[in-house]
Amino acid sequence: MRLKRKDILTIEDLDRDEIGLILSTAESFKEVSDREIKKVPTLRGRTIINLFYEASTRTRTSFEIAAKRMSADAINISASSSSVVKGETLKDTAKNLEAMNPDCIVLRHPSSGTPQILSRLLRCSVINAGDGAHEHPSQALLDLLTVKQRFGKINGLKVAIVGDIAHSRVARSNIYGFIKLGARVSVAGPPTMMPSGIDKMGCGVCYNVEDAILDADVIMMLRIQLERQNGCLFPTAREYSRLFGLDSKKLEKAKKDVVILHPGPINRGIEISSDVADGEYSLILNQVKNGVAVRMALFYLLLGGSRE
Amino acid sequence: MKRLLIKGGRVIDPASGIDGIFNVYAVGGKIAAVKPHVQTPDSGPQSDDWDIIDAAGLIVCPGFIDMHTHLREPGYEYKETIQTGTMAAAAGGFTSVACMANTNPVNDNASVTRYILKKAAEEAVVKVFPVGAISKELKGEMLAEIGELKEAGCVAISDDGRPVISSALMRLALEYAKPFGLLVISHSEDIGLAADGVMNEGLISTKLGLKGIPNAKEDIMVARDIALAELTGARLHIAHISTKGAVELVRNAKQRGVNVTAEVTPHHFTLTDEAVVGYNTNTKMNPPLRTKDDIDAIKIGLQDGTIDAVVTDHAPQSIDEKDVEFDNAANGIVGLETALPLLLRLVSEGVISLSALIEKLSANPAKLLRLGGKGKLRVGADADITVIDLNKEWVVDAKNLKSKSRNTPFDGWKMKGRVVKTIVRGKVVYEW
Repeated sequence: MRLKRKDILTIEDLDRDEIGLILSTAESFKEVSDREIKKVPTLRGRTIINLFYEASTRTRTSFEIAAKRMSADAINISASSSSVVKGETLKDTAKNLEAMNPDCIVLRHPSSGTPQILSRLLRCSVINAGDGAHEHPSQALLDLLTVKQRFGKINGLKVAIVGDIAHSRVARSNIYGFIKLGARVSVAGPPTMMPSGIDKMGCGVCYNVEDAILDADVIMMLRIQLERQNGCLFPTAREYSRLFGLDSKKLEKAKKDVVILHPGPINRGIEISSDVADGEYSLILNQVKNGVAVRMALFYLLLGGSRE
Repeated sequence: MKRLLIKGGRVIDPASGIDGIFNVYAVGGKIAAVKPHVQTPDSGPQSDDWDIIDAAGLIVCPGFIDMHTHLREPGYEYKETIQTGTMAAAAGGFTSVACMANTNPVNDNASVTRYILKKAAEEAVVKVFPVGAISKELKGEMLAEIGELKEAGCVAISDDGRPVISSALMRLALEYAKPFGLLVISHSEDIGLAADGVMNEGLISTKLGLKGIPNAKEDIMVARDIALAELTGARLHIAHISTKGAVELVRNAKQRGVNVTAEVTPHHFTLTDEAVVGYNTNTKMNPPLRTKDDIDAIKIGLQDGTIDAVVTDHAPQSIDEKDVEFDNAANGIVGLETALPLLLRLVSEGVISLSALIEKLSANPAKLLRLGGKGKLRVGADADITVIDLNKEWVVDAKNLKSKSRNTPFDGWKMKGRVVKTIVRGKVVYEW
C-alpha cells in the first residue's frame, strides 16, 4: 500500500483515510524500534536527504533514525554548514541535490510555503518537516497517534491547544488533523497570540486557560518562543507563566484522565511547570517515541514497494 | 508632413464629451480635426501622403496615461529599461507613463531627471514623465530639491515604495510643492504596524502561515495624509488604494473639499488574497491583494468618482527575485500589458461605463499631472491615440510580454478586449 501522492506537505491536504492509513502503518512499525536489531530492509537502496534551514533536535534526529531503521541512506544537511551561507538559493540547492538522485527530500524551512514551492521544482518526494508558521504535518500525525493510543479513538475527544497559536505550525496542523478525525478543538492564549480569522478554521477560541482545559481530554501546550520576545506579545515571561502557563494548580480542575502533550523543546517554568511536564499526565516522551514510527510510515508509504 | 486619418471608428473622448462614429485627422503629430464619418466612397482624403487606418468596429480614444510606472532605469536595467518599459506601455495602449523615483540613483535631483529624459528621448517608444522623489534618497529625512526637479521636467513627487514616515516632513513636502503646482503622490502605509507582513491579514494569511498586513496599515496613513492635505491645502494623491477604509476616507475628505485624489490598480480589484494560496510569488505586492469587501468598496469608489485614476503600478522584477521563498520574494507585478482587458471587465460587469473608464485612463491623469495637450482628442492636442478591439479574445503568455520581466499573476488568463494600435504624436508605435 502506498499513498497516491508524491509529497506530504500539509495535513490540510490529507483526507481522513490517508491519515488513518499513516497512523495504522506507524502502529505496525512501532515494534521495529523495540527490537534488538532495530532495522528492516524495506527501503534499502533509497536515498533520503534531510535539508534543514532551521535548528532542530527532535525532528531532524527522528527523520534520520526513521530512515535508517528502514535501511534507507539518510544524509543530513543544515543550512548553516552548507552552500546556503555562500548565498546559494533554495532553488539551486534543491536542483543540485536532485541531480544526485535522492528519492525524498525532507525540508524544514523558516518561510511558510517553501515545501510547496520546492515540490513543484522537484521530481522526488518532498516531506514538510515544518515550514514557518504554516504546517508541521509529521508532528500532528505523531500527536494523533499518541492520543489515539491512549484513548483508542480520536472521534469525540476535546482538545485544547494553548499558547502562541499565531506563530505555531504545530497548532495549524493539529487543528486540521484533530478536526478531520472528529475531535473538537479549542485554542487558548492571549489575544496577541491569536491569528486573524482563527475562529473560521473550525475551532473554538478562548482567552482563559482555565476555561480551555476544564473539560479537555487532551491539553497541548505550545512552546513560547522567547527569542521572539522583542515582538512583545506579552508583558513578561513571569506574567505569561502565571496566567497562561500550565501548572499542577490549574491542572486540578481538569479531567482525571486528561493527557498533556508538548511538541518540544519545552521552556520549563514558563508555558509548563516541571512537575506537570514530568508528571503522570504527560505524554511528552511518548510523542517523541511515536515520532520515529510515524516518520517510518511516511517514508514507507511514499517510497516503499515497487515504483511505477 | 506626415498625416494620419483614423477612419470610421467609435471615437470616445470624455474630455470633449464625444462618443460616436468619427474620423480623426492628425497632422504634424497634433489632432487636426475630428469630423463625423460619412460613408460615401469618396469621403476623406485620397492622396498618398495620408496614412489611413480603418477603425470600423473599433474604439478610438485618447492614448492612456499611466500615472504610476516603474521603469527601473537608471540602476535596475536587469528588471526593465526605459526602452523595454515603454514598449510594454505601447503594447498596453499607454502613450504616456509617469515613472517613479525609486531608481538607483534615486530621482531626487535634476541630473537624474535629465538623464531619464535624455534616455527617453533616445529610446522611449511612448512619452515619459518622470516623478521626482519627495525626500533625498527616499530616506524620509530631508526634502529633495523639489524646485529643480520641477524645472528639469518632473510632473509630481513621490517616495513611492516607501511612505514618508515623518508627519513633519510630509507636511513640509506638501507645503513646499504647492507653488510648483506639483502633485504629491503618497505611498500610504504605517510601516511599524506590520513591518514584516507579506500578504493581507485574515483567514488566508492564518491558514498559509504568512505574516499579515491589516487594512489599518493603509488606513492610518491615508487618514494622516488627508489631515496634512487639509492643513496645507496642497494637492495630495493617494497611490494604489487597496482598502475599503481608505476609499471611505478619501470620499469623506473630498466631500469636505480637501484637495485629495486617488488611484487604483487593476490587480487590486481583480484578485483577492485567495490568489496567494499556493504561494505564487507573483501574488506578492505592496499593498497586498485584499478581500472581496475591499474590492466592492473600490468598485463603488470608481463608480462615484472617489477614485480618479486607474494606474498599473507596473513593477518589473527579475525571475531571480521572484523564484524564491514567498517571504524573500520581491513585491510587485508587471501591469502595463494586462491592464486594459482587466479594466474592461468593469465595463461588462456594469461597474462603470466605457467612457468613464477611458476618462480615468486619460483625461483624469492628464489633469492631475497637468499634462497640457494630453488625454484628449481636441484639435491642437497631441495625437496620442489608442485603438481598441473590444471583442478580440487572447491569452496572456508571460513569455511574450514586451516587458523585460515576466512577473505576472495573469499568465495563461483568457482575456477579452485588446489594444490593436497605439499612436504617439501621430505615429503608430504598436500594432497587434
